[in-house]
Amino acid sequence: MTPQLNEIWVYLSASPLLGLTITLLAYQAAFWLYQRSGMNPLANPVLIAVAILVAILLLTGTSYQTYFDGAQFVHFLLGPATVALAIPLYAQLKRVKAMLFPVLAGLLAGSLTAAFSAIAIAKAFGASLPTQLSLAPKSVTTPIAMGIAERIGGIPSLTAVLVIITGILGAVGGRYVFNLLRIHDPAIRGFAIGVASHGIGTARAFQVSEQSGAFAALAMGLNGALTALLLPFLLSASGKLG
Amino acid sequence: MLAALTQLLIFQLIGEVLARGLKLPVPGPVIGMLLLFATLVVRGSISKELQSTAQTLLQHLSLLFVPAGTGVMLHLHRVADEWLPLLLSVLISTLATLIVTAMVMKFMLGSKASDGESA
Repeated sequence: MTPQLNEIWVYLSASPLLGLTITLLAYQAAFWLYQRSGMNPLANPVLIAVAILVAILLLTGTSYQTYFDGAQFVHFLLGPATVALAIPLYAQLKRVKAMLFPVLAGLLAGSLTAAFSAIAIAKAFGASLPTQLSLAPKSVTTPIAMGIAERIGGIPSLTAVLVIITGILGAVGGRYVFNLLRIHDPAIRGFAIGVASHGIGTARAFQVSEQSGAFAALAMGLNGALTALLLPFLLSASGKLG
Repeated sequence: MLAALTQLLIFQLIGEVLARGLKLPVPGPVIGMLLLFATLVVRGSISKELQSTAQTLLQHLSLLFVPAGTGVMLHLHRVADEWLPLLLSVLISTLATLIVTAMVMKFMLGSKASDGESA
């Protein structure tokens, strides 16, 4: 690099502008690919955008902290976006009321499966205890999951990553699983994907249909609340916690 | 747009204050969502502006997970050490959760006449 370019790089690499801009660029590139693939779930835009960004950061030797100084402006919008989920939910109020008991039964069964099957499988294949506990809240939306991980003795930042991976897997695999099970009701498909893979699954569900998205949002909110209330209690009862 | 965005932030703020003040295990934005939902139910209608702002925000919900997801680079080491249990656990458990949730709901709906079909 010439001294002048070097100077520009020193400025840019320390400014939040670069982190924010590359986040938007990477996402738009990923979304373009996703659309070109005919919204194939395998071309999940979160997955592709993250891969692009990790590659750029590693190649330029930029720390995640520096990157996040810029990307936090995008990250911040998760809060108001979560609040905004109330609106599609309200639009589906009638359908939710009519399905109240199936919804609650599915929620309880799915929530327990998500946490305890993750712990059991990780344990069976020799994962360390902090890793097992970091996996337990993986189906819950990121901010809740990190709080739960901290409380039960997991590693919050590892949990954040596992949450994202779980979200992508559910968003990618949901369609195939439901088609195999011959489940076509968009309400059930949306709800199950919301329980299993929170906001990323919800984002995918919204791309498929408004109704699926609304049920996914409902599932995400309910599963977050239920897991936060239930998991620390159940783990201490089963002797995982001191 | 601006008024609706402000409204969303106010609900988030109230949620945040309640979560911290009452030491609730549920994060502020989720409480904010529940409060806004309750408000809409009580009011029985929803403003066009709020609806279109929410739609804009939710249309690109995926984007909002990208910064947190990029945090995977901090854990490449642990992920490399324990990749097999991590992969199997996340994969099998996610599939199991999808199947269990969907089948329980399908069973419950099926058992009280299949009115889900027409809806």
